[in-house]
Amino acid sequence: MAVKKRLNMRKRYELLTRGLAWEPSYQPREKVFPYEDFEGIKITDWDKWEDPFRLTADSYWKYQAEKDKKLYAVMDSFAQNDGFLNVSDASYINALKIFIQGVSPLEYQAHRGFAHLARQFAGEGAQIACQMQSIDELRHIQTQIHTISNYNKYFTGMHDPFHMHDRVWYLSVPKSFMDDARTAGPFEFITSISFSFEYLLTNLLFVPFMSGAAHNGDMSTVTFGFSAQSDESRHMTLGLGIIKFLLEQHEDNVPIVQKWMDKHFWRSYRLLGIVSAMQDYMLTESPLSWKEGWKIYFEDNAGALFNDLSRYGIKMPKFHEVATAEADHLSHQVYSVFYAFSHAAGFQTTVPSAKKMDWLSEKYPDTFDKYYRPRWEMWAEMEKEGKRFFNGGLPLDCQVCQIPMVFTDVVNGNPMKPTHRVSEYKGDKYHTCSDGCRDIFENEPEKYVQALVPPQQIFQGNCGGETIPDVLNWYHFAADDGGEYHGSTDEKNWKKWHGEQSDSGSQEKA
Amino acid sequence: MSKSKTFIIFQDNADARPFIDAVEQDNPDISIDYQPGMVRFENEGELIIRRETVEEIIGREVDLQEIHVHLVSIGGNIEEDDDYIRLVWN
Amino acid sequence: MAINTINGEYPEIIRDAVENFHGNQLVIVDWENHRGLGGAPNMFPLPPDMPFKALIADVLPGVFGLHADWEKIDWATVEWTIDGEEVTPNLDASLKENGVGHKSFIWLKTPGLLGYKGTLN
Repeated sequence: MAVKKRLNMRKRYELLTRGLAWEPSYQPREKVFPYEDFEGIKITDWDKWEDPFRLTADSYWKYQAEKDKKLYAVMDSFAQNDGFLNVSDASYINALKIFIQGVSPLEYQAHRGFAHLARQFAGEGAQIACQMQSIDELRHIQTQIHTISNYNKYFTGMHDPFHMHDRVWYLSVPKSFMDDARTAGPFEFITSISFSFEYLLTNLLFVPFMSGAAHNGDMSTVTFGFSAQSDESRHMTLGLGIIKFLLEQHEDNVPIVQKWMDKHFWRSYRLLGIVSAMQDYMLTESPLSWKEGWKIYFEDNAGALFNDLSRYGIKMPKFHEVATAEADHLSHQVYSVFYAFSHAAGFQTTVPSAKKMDWLSEKYPDTFDKYYRPRWEMWAEMEKEGKRFFNGGLPLDCQVCQIPMVFTDVVNGNPMKPTHRVSEYKGDKYHTCSDGCRDIFENEPEKYVQALVPPQQIFQGNCGGETIPDVLNWYHFAADDGGEYHGSTDEKNWKKWHGEQSDSGSQEKA
Repeated sequence: MSKSKTFIIFQDNADARPFIDAVEQDNPDISIDYQPGMVRFENEGELIIRRETVEEIIGREVDLQEIHVHLVSIGGNIEEDDDYIRLVWN
Repeated sequence: MAINTINGEYPEIIRDAVENFHGNQLVIVDWENHRGLGGAPNMFPLPPDMPFKALIADVLPGVFGLHADWEKIDWATVEWTIDGEEVTPNLDASLKENGVGHKSFIWLKTPGLLGYKGTLN
C-alpha cells in the first residue's frame, strides 16, 4: 500500500475545526452568545469538545452526496416500475401516512433547532457538528417528501402533512414533543434531541420499522429510512459526545443533565408509543415486535450506556423500569385508541387479521390473548353487526404527552386499571397519564398549563367549528382519509389495481 | 449485569459488503443477525473494523469514513483512527 | 421550580381556564372495567348547572351506550367517585352542586359488569 502524503485524521480534524473563531472586541461575549448561560450549564473550555467521528466538511459533503445518489436511484426505479404495487398490502401504507404527517415535520424542526445551536454555541467544534446535523435534518425531510410524494399519487392521507401536523389531535403528540425541546435552552434541546431521543430511542424508530418496510416490499421507504439512519449514527455519537462533554466540564452540570435526561427520556418514550402501534399493527408483516426491539435497543443498549455513564454519577433515566414493564402492553393500547378514533384521523385502521392476531399472541404470550384479543373480538363482532366501533366523543389527553390517557398500572399488575394522575396548579386541575408525565408537569407547570391540548381547543371553538366534519375540514382531511380500512378508497383501489393487473396478463406478477 | 455489548448495523447491499465481511473476519465469535434490509453485528465487549482488512477485500485504498454511506446504527463509544474504527464501552 | 428564562419573567398563560369554554366546564368521565371503549376517559363540555341526571340520560349514552353492557346497568347499584371521593350524587341537583367542577374526573362503577366476556374490555 502506498504511503499517503496526507495528514492523519486527528490532525485534519483539528485544523478544520479549530482556530476558526475570534474573540469579540466591540461587543461583550455574553451578547454575542446570549443563550449560553441561562440554563445554569457551566462550560469552562469549549476546545475539549471533540466530534467522535471527526468528520470534516469536505468529507461530509462527499459522503452525503453519495448517499443521496444511491437513494434517488432507488426512488427513480421504484417510481418507474410502479413499486407501490409490490408492497405487502395497501393497509401498510397507513404507517407511511403517520410517518409523513408525524415524523417528517419533526425533521424540519430539528433542522431549525440545530441551526440555532450552530449559531448559539460558542465552541467551533460544536458549531460545526450542529451545522452538519442541521443540514442532515433538512436532507431527511427532503428525501422523505420526495419518497412519499410518489405514494401520494396513489393513496389517501398524504396530501397536506404539514398543515395536518400543526392541527391534528394525534399529531400534537410529536409536535408538542418537539415544541417542548425547541422552547427550551440550547443545552436542554441537545440533551433532549441528540441524547434522549436520538441516542436512546431513535434506533427503535428507524431500525425495526425500516427493516419492516423492507419486509413489506417497500424498498423506497427502507432506502430513505436507512439513508437517514446512516446520519443518525453520527447524531447518536454527537448525543453521547455532548453528554460526556457537559458532564466533564463541571460537576454542577451533572444534576441538571440528569434532570433533562429523565424528562426527555420519558417524553421520547411516550412519543414512540405511536411507533409501537405502527410496528406491531400497521406493518402487514412485522419482522420484530415492539417488545423485542425494546429489549435489544433499549434494555441491552441503554444498560451498557448507563453503566458507562455511572462514573459521572449519572443514573438510568427515571421510570425506565415502567417503560420496560409497559413493553407488553404499549402497542395494543395505542393502536386501540387509534382504532376508536380513526373516524377523525388521517389514516385508516382495522381489526387485525387472524394471522396478525396469532402473531401478536406469539409475540405477547402473557398479555395479548388475556387482555387485547377479546377487545379486538368484541370490535370485530360489532363490525359484523354493521356497527363498526368508533368512540362517540372526545378523549381526555394527557396534559404533557398529549396522548389520550390509555396507559394502565402494569407495574403493579393491574393492566386494565388506568394510571390517571392529577395535579393542581393555581386552582385548576391538570390530568396526566403516568407518574412520568406528572413529574414533568409538576417540575415546570408554567410551561404545560399553556399547552394547546387538542380536545380542549376543539371545545373552545378554535378548530373550525363545533361538529366533527367542521374540525376535519379545518384539519384539511378529505372524506376518505380516515375511518375503517375495509371499504376505504385505498382498499378499493388496491383491489382494482391488482385485479386489472392479472386481467392484463402482467408477466412479473404471480 | 452481563458484560456490555457493542453493536453495529449495516445496510445489506453489495456496496456495504466489504465492510460487512471485514467485521466478520476481524471479530471472531461475533454474533451476526440478518434482518430484512440490514445486517446486525453484536459483540460482548469491543468491536473493531480494520482498514487493512477492508482494503484487502475491496482491492483498493479505502478511507474508513466511507463507512458512513453504509452504516445504519452503532452502539458503543467510537474510537476512530486512520487505520481502524473501534466500538467500546469503558 | 421557576423556569429559567433568557429575558425577564416566564409568561403565565392558563390555556384551559374555565372562562374559555363559553359557559361550559370540562367534565371527564370514565367507566371502570370497560377499556373496550377505546381505553381513554371521555371529556365533555357541560354547563355547570346541568342536572346530574342529564349526564346519565343525555350525555353518556352517546358514548358509553355503544357498549353492550350499557343496557345491563342496574342504576340502583351504581357507584360514583368524583375527583377521587366516593359520592352518592343527588340526581336532581346540578353538576356544580354535586361537587363537579372544571376538569373534574368522574368514575362510573357498575359492580357485576366486567365488560366483554368478563375481560374488563
